[in-house]
Amino acid sequence: MYEGAVQNLIDELGRLPGVGPKSAQRIAFHLLSAETADVKRLVNALVEVKERVRFCAICGNVAEETECRICRDPRRDAAVICVVEESKDVVAIERTREFRGRYHVLGGAISPIEGVGPDDLRIKELMTRLSDGQITELILATDPNLEGEATATYLARLVKPMGLKVTRLASGLPVGGDLEYADEVTLGRAFEGRRSLEF
Amino acid sequence: MYVSQLQLADYRSYASAHVVLEPGISTFIGPNGQGKTNLVEAIGYVATLGSHRVATDAPLVRQGAERAIVRAELVKDGRTALVELEINPGKANRARLNRSSATRPRDILGLLRTVLFAPEDLALVKGDPGERRRFLDELLIARAPRYAGVRSDYDRVLKQRNALLKSASARFFKQRAEPDLSTLDVWDDHLATAGAELLAARIGLVAELQPLVAKAYGELASSGGLPVLHYRGSAWPEGTEVPADRDRLAGLLRDALVQARPQELQRGVSLVGPHRDDLYLRLDELPAKGYASQGESWSYALALRLAGFELLRADGDDPVLILDDVFAELDAERRRRLAEHVRTAEQVLVSAAVPGDIPDELVGRRFRVQGGTVERE
Repeated sequence: MYEGAVQNLIDELGRLPGVGPKSAQRIAFHLLSAETADVKRLVNALVEVKERVRFCAICGNVAEETECRICRDPRRDAAVICVVEESKDVVAIERTREFRGRYHVLGGAISPIEGVGPDDLRIKELMTRLSDGQITELILATDPNLEGEATATYLARLVKPMGLKVTRLASGLPVGGDLEYADEVTLGRAFEGRRSLEF
Repeated sequence: MYVSQLQLADYRSYASAHVVLEPGISTFIGPNGQGKTNLVEAIGYVATLGSHRVATDAPLVRQGAERAIVRAELVKDGRTALVELEINPGKANRARLNRSSATRPRDILGLLRTVLFAPEDLALVKGDPGERRRFLDELLIARAPRYAGVRSDYDRVLKQRNALLKSASARFFKQRAEPDLSTLDVWDDHLATAGAELLAARIGLVAELQPLVAKAYGELASSGGLPVLHYRGSAWPEGTEVPADRDRLAGLLRDALVQARPQELQRGVSLVGPHRDDLYLRLDELPAKGYASQGESWSYALALRLAGFELLRADGDDPVLILDDVFAELDAERRRRLAEHVRTAEQVLVSAAVPGDIPDELVGRRFRVQGGTVERE
């Protein structure tokens, strides 16, 4: 145990995801020996993120104004919505530069063990967006695990009466990888989702 | 295949132990409570990632120690593999293969295959359905390790669905509020898909076991009688024969879930699925549980294990046979017949309290186990 302020800092850092007691200690001592200006910059960044960042009123992504950059962009295709669990999934898909539509961030996945049901996710907001008739395709890009699949199935059932095109991201082999290293489940899925090669 | 070396650290009664083994028959002799079973249990753990005696890992770690380590060297077709398992109760276990960096323990499954006979086996016949489900699932996983994934996927769906049912029924009873069932259909769907895969495999396995069990029983028991295996599913009416067809089984599960829903909501648990099934064992027309004599029950339990052995052997590689203290439970005639049956396996490990318990057919290299040490005689 360290005295007062140092221990407080270690405790606070230790609360962060992915930071164990040893790392917390290392970061704390790094900050202690850092220039005051550097620490001030970090403090400002922390305060700013809580003060300035909000969630987009339309899609739920992180934003600095009422609407996020993507929702405001008129060049984005307003007819296609890609549903993801978290904001960081938006960033991942944006990196591909393949998708030109808009997003909807649910804020998690259905998981009764953790007490997360449909009402705890931004599903009502999604239904409102879908009801204006502009949207023609819904892409379900929740995580390919049990909870993500369950959320996707739930959404697919829910929007079925609306007659939209509903698609789910494919699962299968990683590009550039070796077949022999794929686990059985992934390989099995890849077999199920195989497609014919046409010339 | 055979185990050529076994090293233990802080495992049960052993602070440390190192045993060099060879193919053929090895016997471990020593008074009770000296660590014979712990030795073979550790080998079984490498094969199934579970103990045949306890459901949790905590008792496997020596008192006062934080973790236990089991290291086994396996020889298969002339090639050796070194498996290391670190058992951390309450935390994730770790595994290493050939001293390379950590692997998932699940990837170790299938490297070592064992068939273990133990006094606890009587529960296969006389015990709860859970014992028989475990017997089937362990055999499935030994034959095709991917079923470990199927099984854990199913368990995960079940856990989620039970959590939902529990909260729905609590809300209904406490607040008289209509439960939100919109997501239950989704979990039904996933339960049916995951459950059907497990069911199809189990039903197929039972069909393969049937003739082998009948044959083994005929050789072990003196009294005659024909053992009949029947997979009793919670999703279809008693006595129905259901084919091992995944689509058909998923359909049956879905229908059964619809019917069971009111009851499930009342009780807050899933009442339909592979976790509620049983392997129904009959001897001629009568259920083995409750009707078979002690001797018949033993013959039945041994016949199930032997059938498992034959099935694994037919896949092309002899599993390691472990006979943990079973001879003390059997009469002279059954001892002799069991010994006759197993002596041809590539490696047989036998434990007994006194040398006299071991039939002459199974006398091989002898190890003395006393006070947590193992010495070759």
